[in-house]
Amino acid sequence: MKKIINHLLFALLAAVSINSHAAGGGVALDKAPIDLRNAESLQRGAQTFVNYCLSCHGAVAMRYNRLEGIGLTQEQIEKNLMFTTDKIGNPMKVAMDAKEGKAWFGATPPDLSLIARSRGSDWLYTYLRGFYRDDTRPTGWNNTVFDKVGMPNVLWQLQGQQILEVKKEGEHEVHTLKLAQPGLLTRGTESGGYDNKEFDQRVGDLVNFMTYMSEPAQVKREQIGYAVVLFLLFILVPLTYLLKKEYWKDIH
Amino acid sequence: MSDQQVDNSKRRFLLIATSAAGGAAVAGVAVPFIASFFPSERAKAAGASVEVDISKLEPGQKITIEWRGKPVWVVKRTPEMLTLLPKNDPKLADPTSIVDHQPLYCHNATRSIKPEIWVAVGVCTHLGCSPTFRPDLAPADLGPEWLGGFYCPCHGSKFDLAGRVFLGVPAPTNLIIPEHKYLSDTRLLVGEA
Amino acid sequence: MSKLDQVPEKVLGWVDERFPLTSTWKAHISEYYAPKNFNFWYFFGSLAMMVLVIQIVTGIFLTMNYKPDGNLIPGTNISVAFASVEYIMRDVAGGWVIRYMHSTGASMFFVVVYLHMFRGLIYGSYQKPRELIWIFGMMIFLCLMAEAFLGYLLPWGQMSFWGAQVIVNLFASIPVIGPDLSELIRGDFVVSDATLNRFFALHVIAVPLVLLALVVAHLVALHEVGSNNPDGVDIKKNKDPKTGIPLDGIPFHPYYTVKDIFGVSVFLVVFTAILFFAPEMNGYFLEAPNFDPADALKTPAHIAPVWYFTPFYAILRAVPSFFGSQVWGVLAMGAATMIIAALPWLDRSPVKSIRYRGPIYKFALTLFVISFLGLGYLGTQAPTTIGTILSQVLSVIYFLFFIAMPWYTKIDKTKPVPDRVTMR
Repeated sequence: MKKIINHLLFALLAAVSINSHAAGGGVALDKAPIDLRNAESLQRGAQTFVNYCLSCHGAVAMRYNRLEGIGLTQEQIEKNLMFTTDKIGNPMKVAMDAKEGKAWFGATPPDLSLIARSRGSDWLYTYLRGFYRDDTRPTGWNNTVFDKVGMPNVLWQLQGQQILEVKKEGEHEVHTLKLAQPGLLTRGTESGGYDNKEFDQRVGDLVNFMTYMSEPAQVKREQIGYAVVLFLLFILVPLTYLLKKEYWKDIH
Repeated sequence: MSDQQVDNSKRRFLLIATSAAGGAAVAGVAVPFIASFFPSERAKAAGASVEVDISKLEPGQKITIEWRGKPVWVVKRTPEMLTLLPKNDPKLADPTSIVDHQPLYCHNATRSIKPEIWVAVGVCTHLGCSPTFRPDLAPADLGPEWLGGFYCPCHGSKFDLAGRVFLGVPAPTNLIIPEHKYLSDTRLLVGEA
Repeated sequence: MSKLDQVPEKVLGWVDERFPLTSTWKAHISEYYAPKNFNFWYFFGSLAMMVLVIQIVTGIFLTMNYKPDGNLIPGTNISVAFASVEYIMRDVAGGWVIRYMHSTGASMFFVVVYLHMFRGLIYGSYQKPRELIWIFGMMIFLCLMAEAFLGYLLPWGQMSFWGAQVIVNLFASIPVIGPDLSELIRGDFVVSDATLNRFFALHVIAVPLVLLALVVAHLVALHEVGSNNPDGVDIKKNKDPKTGIPLDGIPFHPYYTVKDIFGVSVFLVVFTAILFFAPEMNGYFLEAPNFDPADALKTPAHIAPVWYFTPFYAILRAVPSFFGSQVWGVLAMGAATMIIAALPWLDRSPVKSIRYRGPIYKFALTLFVISFLGLGYLGTQAPTTIGTILSQVLSVIYFLFFIAMPWYTKIDKTKPVPDRVTMR
């Protein structure tokens, strides 16, 4: 009997350990530096999000005043992150209508409220850093994790321009991204490589914010979780166990 | 089946302790459910303070804005209206606004921050209808002693131009003055002070 | 004072003259004699009850803010229904707790029910005289699957939409009436707002009503014949000649109430750990593509049903189409669920419990468990050639376990069953 239980548990664990965000199309994803308790990173990310994403994408599940959750005051939000026409309690809507977006980009730019939950943070982190020059595309841009993407590289001024190098190694093709022209946050190094730490950090902050935005209650959820599980584990379970033991003394 | 050496006091202690812990658990579980009944963030955002531009408000005119789904009036009273106000006092139920239906800074003779600009929630304190604005003097239907005010069509409650309720009408108290403040001479913020 | 002391007794007496309160309490709780040798596997019945209560209560609260409206919010590609779920998750105080309780509860319901059914399988709880309990249980299981399927449409995400699309189209494969039938189910030519509204009505009212009635029937039938136990011994054969109480029976209350309360508190540790630390369960309880709003023009790259349907889904995919129709897969999937109900008549073994069964049955059961879990795993994966062949093999094993049962349970060497239950 114990064996069967062990089998069951093992199979369950094996099943659970498969990666669910298999949307990468075979490209290895870089680990996004997610830290939802880092308010400064979240605030920088929010700034980048508002400046670079919000003109085409909405985040209608997110209200501006909920940014107080990442340590901003109402005044800071109103001054730095909002258009003057918006109210603080409004959701982060996009000025562009869904139909117009479709006409301009071929597809309506998706709402980003939950994108970190549907795509995964690592995917976003890799995607946003994976744009390269491709003149066959109408926008002039392509992407390593999202082939033939409709979105142009909106961060190109920060990142500069990457190109894709394809080398043949035996039967495999090896794809590597190379910086052809540095941007504001990248620079070439003497050894011929390039230093993109600053840019990666900017994108990391952005993805961190998008992850926060996809589930603002996450930090609170885990905090409450510790209290609840500890209560159950160290108070309710022992008590009910002792009670059961006590009553079952009667049974022989 | 039964062993006679049952330790009843231990059993009772465990029962009480487990019941207490179980009760605490149930109370904890109830928190999100009860919390969900309170106004949501959306309702709070919709109920947030509202800005009003009063630069185009003419003397003697009333505008109505929406705040928390309720009508809020802004009336610019003329000097004549203000001089007539005290004449109503003997006929009023609460001429000095003892009932706490206004912020402290409006607890005065005109029930307002600036004497001429008057802000109030346009909901009758009787059963929640919205009274009509009747600034006219001595109209046929309201009698010769009417000095201007508000008349509730539902049950005939009457209020003067400071929202003070008359004696002998169904409404028990004066109209409610919401929290408000001036952002500038022409911009008013209703909902917070 | 003594008069005051008698008040509760008098009230109870007053009620008892008009309503069978005390006698019902006695018959089903305090003087319902259950075998004293229940083990770990016997927790899952009461746990299923517990999860049912969680689902009903959280469900009621979710309907207070959820809107079954598939129409788009003007200027966006997001439906009112999808937005209302996020409204619950973000704007309603405590809303995310309630929603995660409901989504975790859905999966945990199946965990608990599968284990509960497995208990019935290994201890022969379906055998005479408990056939009706088993049948009611199977009907509950079907209702649960319907409930889960209907409820999964409500968030109106990509998986909701396309999952419903695929499943409703299964009905279209039925010859002659199929195409009309699928339109009848959807109320439209595609899954649409009309579908969402009827699924909502069925999910929150119709199916739960049937479910509750079946649970009552399941318990009434159980208390009529009495509970089975890990030894498969009938405790009613050995009664105390004086009291008429089974010698191996103990009153359900307080002994099994305190035991089940302990079981519930352990279960809650697991439940809350998932709820607060991994509500998505790595994409198994809440699938990642379902965080994208439904889009009728774009199918997600890989559609997989939620984990609890995957064994049956794998069987569906394993069956190739014959004579230009794919109805055979649908029939196989239906048969895979229905055949479990036939167990009482397939099992010819003279013993109930696995403890006294012979090696053949144990071998068959092991194969069955492997096939079920294997199919469950394959159902989550994108179809591959090897996967399909493997699914076919496992499907055959799945069905053979049932079809060959009359034969192998008859020839199997059983061990002698003791007269009285054993405690181990």
